[in-house]
Amino acid sequence: MSKTLSGQSFWRRYVFSTNHKVIAVQYLFTGMLFLALGGVMALLIRWQLAYPWQPIPFIGQWLFPGSGGAMTPEVYPMLFTMHGGIMVFFAITPILLGALGNYTIPLEVGARDMAFPRLNMLSYWFLVVGSVLLLASFLVPGGAAGSGWTLYAPLSASTEVTPGWGQDLFILGLALDAVSILMGGVNYITTIMQLRAPGLTLRRLPLTLWGLFYSAVLNTLWLPIVASALFMVLCDRRLGTAFFLAGPLAPHAGGQVLLYQHLFWGFGHPEVYILILPVWGLVGDLLSVFSRKPAFGYQATVCSMLVITVLSGIVWGHHMFTSGMNPLVGKAFMFLTITVSVPTAIFFLNWLGTLWRGAIRLTVPMLFTLGVVFVFAIGGLTGLFNALQTFDVYIHDTYFVVGHFHYTLAASVLFGTFAFIYFWFPKIFGRHMNARLGYWHFGLSFVFLNAVFSVMMFLGLHGHMRRIADATAYEFLKPVQHWNVFLGWAALGLGLSQLLFFINVLYSLFKGAPAPANPWEAGSLAWTVSSPPPEHNYATPPRVFCGPHEYGVPSLTNGDWLSQADPQAAKLARS
Amino acid sequence: MDTGVFPPNISTTGHVVDQLFWLATLLTGVAFLLIVAALGYFLLRYRSRPGRRAYYTHGDSRGAICVTSGLALLVFLLIDVNLAYHDHVAWAVVWGAPPSAREALQVEIMPEQFAWNIRYAGPDGIFRTSDDVTTINQLHVPVNRPVIVQLSSKDVIHSFFLPNLRIKMDAVPGMVTSLYFQAKQPGTYDIACAEHCGFGHYRMRGFLVVEESAEAFNAWLAEQTNEGSPDLSWGWQWAVSAPRASGTPGAHPPSAGARAWSGGST
Repeated sequence: MSKTLSGQSFWRRYVFSTNHKVIAVQYLFTGMLFLALGGVMALLIRWQLAYPWQPIPFIGQWLFPGSGGAMTPEVYPMLFTMHGGIMVFFAITPILLGALGNYTIPLEVGARDMAFPRLNMLSYWFLVVGSVLLLASFLVPGGAAGSGWTLYAPLSASTEVTPGWGQDLFILGLALDAVSILMGGVNYITTIMQLRAPGLTLRRLPLTLWGLFYSAVLNTLWLPIVASALFMVLCDRRLGTAFFLAGPLAPHAGGQVLLYQHLFWGFGHPEVYILILPVWGLVGDLLSVFSRKPAFGYQATVCSMLVITVLSGIVWGHHMFTSGMNPLVGKAFMFLTITVSVPTAIFFLNWLGTLWRGAIRLTVPMLFTLGVVFVFAIGGLTGLFNALQTFDVYIHDTYFVVGHFHYTLAASVLFGTFAFIYFWFPKIFGRHMNARLGYWHFGLSFVFLNAVFSVMMFLGLHGHMRRIADATAYEFLKPVQHWNVFLGWAALGLGLSQLLFFINVLYSLFKGAPAPANPWEAGSLAWTVSSPPPEHNYATPPRVFCGPHEYGVPSLTNGDWLSQADPQAAKLARS
Repeated sequence: MDTGVFPPNISTTGHVVDQLFWLATLLTGVAFLLIVAALGYFLLRYRSRPGRRAYYTHGDSRGAICVTSGLALLVFLLIDVNLAYHDHVAWAVVWGAPPSAREALQVEIMPEQFAWNIRYAGPDGIFRTSDDVTTINQLHVPVNRPVIVQLSSKDVIHSFFLPNLRIKMDAVPGMVTSLYFQAKQPGTYDIACAEHCGFGHYRMRGFLVVEESAEAFNAWLAEQTNEGSPDLSWGWQWAVSAPRASGTPGAHPPSAGARAWSGGST
């Protein structure tokens, strides 16, 4: 390949690159690879639950030759552990923070790159090394980690119960990924705060950037805590300490089992907001673009995001109502948790307010955005059930919880991810994605995804525990086993529908129709540069004259919207 | 009312949990329907058409601020405070009134990978004495009598789950946690482990047998061989007063037992 304008070699330009757009694409493809891998693991899990211990068709012989192609009790926990770890840390995080954050932040603030380009590159390569360790854990004697992605001590922390090195590799992989995300977080915060173009006040920032900003703040606050906790688990395993060990497994007295849960969920609960905040922001922006109407209640939305960011750090105890924690403490956690519904209600009001009296264009990214509104309504509202201490004691560690957090973390975040990719693809690659395939992808995903996750919640109400390999072992679960069969096929449908997406991405990368600079008629800065953008985005720093959502402006005769860089916005726009 | 959503309730307090669910379903159901109705209506009514221009508002007018604040207040009072209050009441019924140690049957449960070790105090009513009765995976209780269970763990965290009684409590190494219940219907029910405890987690099943009468229960207890009883390697002294509604770390640490298991004898 020939040298580029800046005289860099192929390796410097496309592999060890410091360019935020290249790094974003690296994050995107890494994340999509792991998304596919985590998805296949989910399908294996669902097969086992639908048809316990039956040989898995097609790939079973190859995966489990020792057992005639059937799952074994030892492998099952590895699969749900790795499914969770991969999806949260190596699929969704790289796509929504790594790719969305890296790609949009510099372009939308009018900067030539991130504040710390080399740190940015380092952050990506930490993820790569972390993911290699994670994948290597499948190859070591004893297999991958099987303690659940939550790594509860003492199961994760004592080599007497989890002897394999897979557990250690999992911890190291997560720790490296945590460092990677931390570096990204510092970069995002600095870039958003320091590199904004003249005129781009905080009140004129696209909502996506607000979501990414709060998410980065949460990451920098809480990731060090979970990284430390993971390190302490490693010390308990290999260095003879007993931070989280008590009872007969402990080498000596002094450990506190519950301490681990406090540290883990102290990060773990903010984590769900870390993943959903960028999606909320994206939903706000995309509803505005495709309703051709300013985002309704912009400031209320940004304030609600701030309130949730603060609340997210003080609600972790709702994961521990049955842990033996004092129930009085639980009461406080319960009340703080259900007050999250107030800022959430304001999001919904503002999203619906944006649609109200709009001129709605049902494009593929818009459908996925509306999909987020729908599934997040379910995910958010079912959160209230989990928050209620008395009821949670019954449904804790059942499929109700699994269904609920998949509605928020899988359904909402996945639809947000697709909205992001369908919306930004023309800018990133300079080509349109195929709309017809996109509509089919949305329709099928919407049906199957709701089938899968709503049935999970019904199973949970019946008491179906999570993380069990075989529900038929229990008498009280026999009447609902047919729903596990249903779930298996619905999950397969959901998985197969994603093939449409992967085909669409591959096809559009090479054969998609060339995209203009601004195919969606969007107002924010990124859409003022060509598609794909020049190597350093802006030849001169752009000037900003209005907010990002100036659609439906009444006095305009040519079109219905104003770009943030349009000087006449100084007179015409209200934001 | 049996709707089939939950497994049959056999607890004197389980219906309170179910009622809380239906209240939350009602409140969130209304909110969900309002969201979906508005979403559907707006999508039909405000589709883009040639010549159509959206209404230019940033939703920051005085009216919009009033609507937003009103909604926030409404959600806070009608949903949040409402649900929190009902949960408070339900909690008091299910967890807030532990029976006295005198009237209740006391049981100690010490799970390990992947079985439930169950211990009764025996005729003298005192644990860790030679007349204790121990069983594996078999928890027999008399109908209509309160039962207090204290839990700890020999290895990792397990969770003692009685789906038909709508309660569970984690069994945590180094801690004693507790729960209580009263079964109102004789029969055999599942005890499930709800916390992932290793590769055998799915088969860590126990049996709750609710005996038809106190006599039947006493007869069963007398029949139990004492083969497990002389083994004093676990079990702990109970606090004089009844246990708290839930486990309180350090309230009465199983230190005697805990150190004893590793040593193998007292």
